Amino acid sequence: MSQPEINHQAAAQTIETAGNGNAVEVRELRKRFDHQQVLDGITLNFPAGQITTIVGPSGSGKTVLLKHLNLLLRPDSGTIVIDGVDVTKISGRGLDAVREKLGMLFQSGALFDSMSVFDNVAFPLVEKTKLTREEIADRVRETLQAVGLDGMESKFPSQLSGGMQKRAALARALVHSPKILMLDEPTTGLDPTRTAAIHELIRRTQIDFHLTVVMVSHDVPEVFKICDRVAFLHNGKTRLNGTVDEVMAADDEIFKRFLAGKASGEANETALAG
Amino acid sequence: MSIVEMIERLGALVLDSIVRLGDFVLFLLGSVFYVFIPPFKPRLWIRQIRIIGADSLFLIILIGGFTGMVLGLQGYSTLRRFGSEGALGTVVALVLVRELGPVLAAIMLTARAGSAMAAELGSMQASEQIDALTVMAINPVQYLVSPRMLAGVFSFPLLTGIFDVIGIYGGYMVGVGLMGAPSGAYFNGIAASMTGHDIMISIYKALVFGVVVMWVCCYKGYHAERMATGVSRATTEAVVLSSVLILAFDYFLGSILL
Repeated sequence: MSQPEINHQAAAQTIETAGNGNAVEVRELRKRFDHQQVLDGITLNFPAGQITTIVGPSGSGKTVLLKHLNLLLRPDSGTIVIDGVDVTKISGRGLDAVREKLGMLFQSGALFDSMSVFDNVAFPLVEKTKLTREEIADRVRETLQAVGLDGMESKFPSQLSGGMQKRAALARALVHSPKILMLDEPTTGLDPTRTAAIHELIRRTQIDFHLTVVMVSHDVPEVFKICDRVAFLHNGKTRLNGTVDEVMAADDEIFKRFLAGKASGEANETALAG
Repeated sequence: MSIVEMIERLGALVLDSIVRLGDFVLFLLGSVFYVFIPPFKPRLWIRQIRIIGADSLFLIILIGGFTGMVLGLQGYSTLRRFGSEGALGTVVALVLVRELGPVLAAIMLTARAGSAMAAELGSMQASEQIDALTVMAINPVQYLVSPRMLAGVFSFPLLTGIFDVIGIYGGYMVGVGLMGAPSGAYFNGIAASMTGHDIMISIYKALVFGVVVMWVCCYKGYHAERMATGVSRATTEAVVLSSVLILAFDYFLGSILL
């Protein structure tokens, strides 16, 4: 079994050889907020057609990294290449064109409260395409069926359970057929049964829709059952990056402490912060 | 604290204030700019005109009526001391049209529609709905703010006009109906003294207040901190700042348009 990439300032060289087959490539990404260096030279590949999960303790930069990948934040330095386009060098319509290739499931779901499930899911098609009402209705029903929410079209987000809201938000993220799906802690606030169901749904969706999935998750180690690759962030750097088996076999004390803390239900943040 | 540190802090404060002010002004320019940039969404404009305008109609009628009634009551008792009850219509109408109509209507619309707007946008910010729009390649300012700005510019003058008319009739009800001021002199006095310039002052003020209220309330909501207290703080700040700016702009516009 090959060893995962362990960040000893050599990751940038590793990624040069990774080149083809990556849906997303991140090189030497840095971001500072006030006096805090949140991302400190992150270098990562997200291979096409695979699920890559970003894990790490709180404050390690997971969510900030994802906000760069879904183009909500601009880096101080470094590059992000999405589907062959360096998004750090473009703006305006160029960015919008890249955004249309992305689907995003937010931690809170981010469903529009004032709209029904149908209108929420139809929203990207209504706003960004010239499809007819019938075509949109068909697409919405198909997508809702795919996430197990058929028959829920007329409900409002407040009438849905937490798990159903995630499914509806997933349907909205998928309805415009994105190439890359990004998930920010998709199981936050769900009980273990619903968490397992959402994990299974993510895996099935990735296969059915031929997606590249980038997921930030705190469900360690449960999430490893459905993902292909894992990136472990620590102090704004990529500490481990590889297949699930490679990362799990890595001889890395900080990762082991992180896993042990998660498995025992302890935050263990103090030890990890060092 | 050394003098150098004090100067550093003062400098940082000034720079921060300039940056915030610049952000505030750019937000206004952006929201006005996107009104004229396709895609145009008439259904969003109409929805906001309904929320800001039609849904506030009852409140405006109520407040306009009571304001006119108070003016009729106090105006009559004051004018009677000078034997000038016949000027009641003129006083009520000019005070309403030039001052109280635009100002009170704008403050009531801030309380009703502006606060709701700040809270709604703040809540959307806190629950990542604004981020969701951005990720869907939909400009959130164009989608959320510009229609509100347009609706404000459209609704405020109309509601102010309704406020003025209802107020004048409220003043008539009390001044003439209850207190016994001469009936014919009330409307004849208005017709003789009211000019197009007075009405234009009312319209100009309402237009400016419409922009100011929508600008402040949308800005505060849009930039709310992503927490429950952030939404409540944004709403409070929106109402307070809007009210202060309405009165400040009222003075400056009054000086210019006198």
